[in-house]
Amino acid sequence: MAEQFAPKAEVLDADEIRRATTRIAHEVLERNKGADGLVLVGIHTRGVPLARRIATSIRDVEGIEPPVGSVDIAFYRDDIGTKPRAPTGPTEIPVGIDGATVVVVDDVLYTGRSVRAAMDAICDFGRPTAIQLAVLVDRGHRELPIRADYVGKNLPTARDEVVKVRVLEVDGADGVDIGTRPHAPGSAPDREAATP
Amino acid sequence: MSDRSLLSIDDLDVAGIREIVELSDAFEEVLRRPIPKVPALRGRTVANVFFEDSTRTRLSFEIAAKRLSADTVNFTASGSSLSKGESLFDTIRTLHAMGVDAFVVRHRAPGAARRVDGWVDTPVINAGDGAHEHPTQALLDLVTVHRRRGDVEGLRCVMVGDIEHSRVARSTIGAFTMMGMHVSVAAPATLLPTGIDDWPVDVVEDLDTALEKADVVYMLRMQKERIARDPVLPSLREYVARYGLTAERARRLPPEVVLMHPGPMNRGVEIAPEATEHPGAAIEEQVRNGVTVRMAVLYLALGGMP
Repeated sequence: MAEQFAPKAEVLDADEIRRATTRIAHEVLERNKGADGLVLVGIHTRGVPLARRIATSIRDVEGIEPPVGSVDIAFYRDDIGTKPRAPTGPTEIPVGIDGATVVVVDDVLYTGRSVRAAMDAICDFGRPTAIQLAVLVDRGHRELPIRADYVGKNLPTARDEVVKVRVLEVDGADGVDIGTRPHAPGSAPDREAATP
Repeated sequence: MSDRSLLSIDDLDVAGIREIVELSDAFEEVLRRPIPKVPALRGRTVANVFFEDSTRTRLSFEIAAKRLSADTVNFTASGSSLSKGESLFDTIRTLHAMGVDAFVVRHRAPGAARRVDGWVDTPVINAGDGAHEHPTQALLDLVTVHRRRGDVEGLRCVMVGDIEHSRVARSTIGAFTMMGMHVSVAAPATLLPTGIDDWPVDVVEDLDTALEKADVVYMLRMQKERIARDPVLPSLREYVARYGLTAERARRLPPEVVLMHPGPMNRGVEIAPEATEHPGAAIEEQVRNGVTVRMAVLYLALGGMP
């Protein structure tokens, strides 16, 4: 997919990503009055390392590191195209989530369909008191009544633009680029457009 | 015909088998959840069409479909008065007209699933066609060895018993050898198929020698009535003495061996009750892995938008 992406500009660099995740960690603590009962769950692929970073920042501030899980949404998607998709990583919820506050972490919030799928998956593990959403980039164009509680950067985009998040753990470097897909005639915007 | 059908283990290549093994691992995690079910096949209907008795395979496919949120309908026929081909055709076309999205077919005639595949444009999964093929059994066997031993390449399997009449033998040998395992077969000459020389296996004379080097011991079901019928076969007692996994043979197997049987077992014939207590016995794991493998096969057949 990388060859379909022509980057136009870097909208966040490594330092800005670090500041954004640090600020999100503070906001999570402020909103929830501490780290008790928090569970962070990253959406594969890039939501998982972002969730770990937020957990580390929470530990640095609060002295408690909330458990971090991961969720893969392949079996919950409603926008999977014509071929079935294999999971990109394991679903691991390390602790019981009954009564917990689960913070779902993803790299880009776009249509909201990935988040809907992730919430469905998480609810198969228990009944959290609350589910909150943290994203590094909110690029708009929601198709479902979903909003983020914590946003690294609001980024107005056109539908035919592509926002690509790179994280050190997956891509070897941190950064967020905006660009265009040279040609994608007739294809509905989906998660692949957000994160190739 | 559908390019998503699974009629023979040879429909898959190494990459295709790996994909099923990995998906099966993902579904194993799903089965451990408090709610062991995902919505992946919501709105799809799977027809289990069984013209031959089967308990575990039909239930396994049915549970697999339900764990994926598919609807299931079951057609079970034994001894129809119609000629087999005609009744199979009518059944399939009727279900097809009702809007079934995939067929799981068990029939005693070799090639039945492939014929069904020629009649419909929906995916067809072969759940056993006579003595021919049983590809999902082969896949669950492979997943069982993989979960026990990790990389299967280079592992040595000894398969024992009625090779000739066994669809399990055909399919499982195909899957094991495709993934780089060595397979030896041990059986009375009368239970070896003609043309065994062309199979990718070694034929061994002495079971005890073969067991010494085995990483995987695969016991096939022995049909007792076949021994009574076939004058060339020795007595049941002699069969057990030469080819049964007796308690004494099981004691000599190391704990890391993977001991398998496709079920249902004839305890005391091909496998002694004590042998099923061996730490290497993976027979119930095979059953459990059957569900996750069939989830993977159904997901690949029916996943995605129609």
